[in-house]
Amino acid sequence: MKRLEAGTELDGFRIGDCLHAGGMAHIYQVTYADARPAPFAMVMKVPRMTAGDGAENIVGFEVEHQILQVLQGAHVPRFVAAGDLVYLPYLVMEHLPGQTLQQRLDTLTQERSHASVAELSRLGAAIARAAHSLHQQNTCHLDLKPANVLLHPDGHAVLLDFGLSCHAHYPDLLAEELRQAVGSPAWIAPEQVVGVRGDPRSDIFAIGVMLYELATGELPFGNPQTPGGMRQRLWMDPTPPRRLRADLPEWLQEVVLRCLAPEAAKRYPSAAHLAFDLEHPEQVKVSQRGKQVQGTPFFTHLKRWFKAAGMHYQPSPLPSQQIEEVPILMVAIPHQDVSDATLYSLRQAVARSLGIRPGARLAVVTVISPNQSSTSESANSETTLHRQYLTMLHQWAQPLDLAQHQTSFHVLEASDVANAIVRYAEGNHVSMIVMGAATHGLQLQRLVATVPIKVAMEAPCTVILVKQALPFSALTVTT
Amino acid sequence: MKYALLSDIHSNLHALDACLAHAQAQEAERILILGDLVSYGAFPAEVVARCQALQQAGAVVLRGNHESLVQTHNLHTTSPDTHASLGSQTAQWTHDQLSPAQRFWLDILPLTAHVDQMWLVHASADAPDRWRYVENERMASLSLDAACTHPDVRYVFGGHVHYQSLYYRGTGRQLMAFTPTPGVPIPTPKHRQWIATVGSVGQPRDGNPRAMYALFDSTAAKLTFHRVAYDHLAAARAVREADLPEFFAHRLEAGQ
Repeated sequence: MKRLEAGTELDGFRIGDCLHAGGMAHIYQVTYADARPAPFAMVMKVPRMTAGDGAENIVGFEVEHQILQVLQGAHVPRFVAAGDLVYLPYLVMEHLPGQTLQQRLDTLTQERSHASVAELSRLGAAIARAAHSLHQQNTCHLDLKPANVLLHPDGHAVLLDFGLSCHAHYPDLLAEELRQAVGSPAWIAPEQVVGVRGDPRSDIFAIGVMLYELATGELPFGNPQTPGGMRQRLWMDPTPPRRLRADLPEWLQEVVLRCLAPEAAKRYPSAAHLAFDLEHPEQVKVSQRGKQVQGTPFFTHLKRWFKAAGMHYQPSPLPSQQIEEVPILMVAIPHQDVSDATLYSLRQAVARSLGIRPGARLAVVTVISPNQSSTSESANSETTLHRQYLTMLHQWAQPLDLAQHQTSFHVLEASDVANAIVRYAEGNHVSMIVMGAATHGLQLQRLVATVPIKVAMEAPCTVILVKQALPFSALTVTT
Repeated sequence: MKYALLSDIHSNLHALDACLAHAQAQEAERILILGDLVSYGAFPAEVVARCQALQQAGAVVLRGNHESLVQTHNLHTTSPDTHASLGSQTAQWTHDQLSPAQRFWLDILPLTAHVDQMWLVHASADAPDRWRYVENERMASLSLDAACTHPDVRYVFGGHVHYQSLYYRGTGRQLMAFTPTPGVPIPTPKHRQWIATVGSVGQPRDGNPRAMYALFDSTAAKLTFHRVAYDHLAAARAVREADLPEFFAHRLEAGQ
């Protein structure tokens, strides 16, 4: 469709300024033509192609129309209206403030600087959270790139352009029996290159590419223009980011390269896990991958190149189901007035819950009161206390078999224990809280709602309240 | 306009009534019955009477292969323990339960119907009387292409295979199969061509005893596949009480 003049009326909307003239669509500011107030600022997206120009070009627009209508939450623009795809294709949606990640990258390039580590983890976590919210709604974005990520002034990320997305409840209109790559060459995941659509871990790969770009100013796999060039990512390791930027911490390289693993199963199992690591750098277990500054040797690549020729990717089940199978489990450990029986029972409950969930990660948390620490006495200084409690948490977890589970330990300071536990669970996309049924202030049970009850009522997820039960045989081994 | 699409009722009055009630609650305005009203279950006469009343009220009722099976059946085709003979036993029993007028009504039901932009058929539109199973992309394509020789047909709905499936055109030339999630309205815009099997009301075989049917909203162009819980244990009990083969009672209980 040709460019619309400001002031024209289209299907009840008054066209304003043209904000963006892209290759696929124009984006205009719009208001209601009858001057009725809109609840929020709106934009209209009008594709350049119309149905008459060939139906294929407009499929992405049809997909975006279907998916935008059903998505909810702060991480997507709200849907307002759509025109008939055949006669008058357009989409009206919420206009959100902020700059795109691409604009941020351009600024950094102009300034000849790189994003700080703090900014990297902040932006990375915000994008991962936005992707997780999408995955929970059974949708994979599949075209995450800096131009499609809007950084909202309040700190969260908004994802844009669902033209290549895939909603597990709807037929995938972009699928075809020949399985061709659909996506943007620089950010596309290896499984998308061979035509597998609908795996949430493809979005994690794209986030990895963006973090790499943000950290080093370079693309890990370049911007290939041929199918063969795109296939490189099936076998090739990118140059370690720390080779390009020496001040990058090892933990961050570990996180970025884990996102970029060629096999989806070796990446973070869900975007919530990725956000967790970006927000708790001290808890990231750094392997050789995080430390290396040398590129992968030629012969290793050659071997992998042969292997990649036969690489097989499985289409995944429902995204929401897939990410639910790798939950983040949180256990709240009381640190005072606690019996061995309670600690033992909590451990048993955690072992049972983790045992049936391979890939689940565990956060071991205790909440201490802020006035316990003192700035004057060194024995009670904040760091000394934290170290003491962390040691206690590690001791508690010792008997658990955590080889298959990423585990982290946290000491929170808060006067309201229940509130601290609930906030932590919300902030980290925790799927299940395990805590003692009678801990944290049993003596007050009759007077006020106790901590477990408050947590159970306010938590955003399942709460398991563990009753203490200690077998006599265990009494002798517990110290 | 909201259409309720029901197929393969198989003399299961409990399941039919549950689906009709569900469709009514969803504000369905017209009932479309895609054949196989009888066989297997314990209430052939009641189901036929119900469908006759619906037809009086404006419903479309099509003929399936089982409507033909109960016409000519006789008892002398038995070898008592094979699967086919189980079917023969119930066909004979069903034959005896129906009045001659009901059998005649079943016999003259149409094989296909063209309603709105929909082409309705029990099995496959390319040869409705040969009862081919639309069970893969290739068979779906044959049926869809045959129906779409009628210029304004966009949707083909059928039954016969006892599961719910939707076929559509992706960006390639061949049809793509899609397994729907029950209860989720699927956008099925008119500028594309669609073919769906709506599943079985009265004899689910996918391990889930809930009845299947589909709702099509032609105005919003959305298709919703439903699974409806009903008193399947009572339906199975009735099969046993009618002295029909135990196999069919158990099949309703287990949904397979």
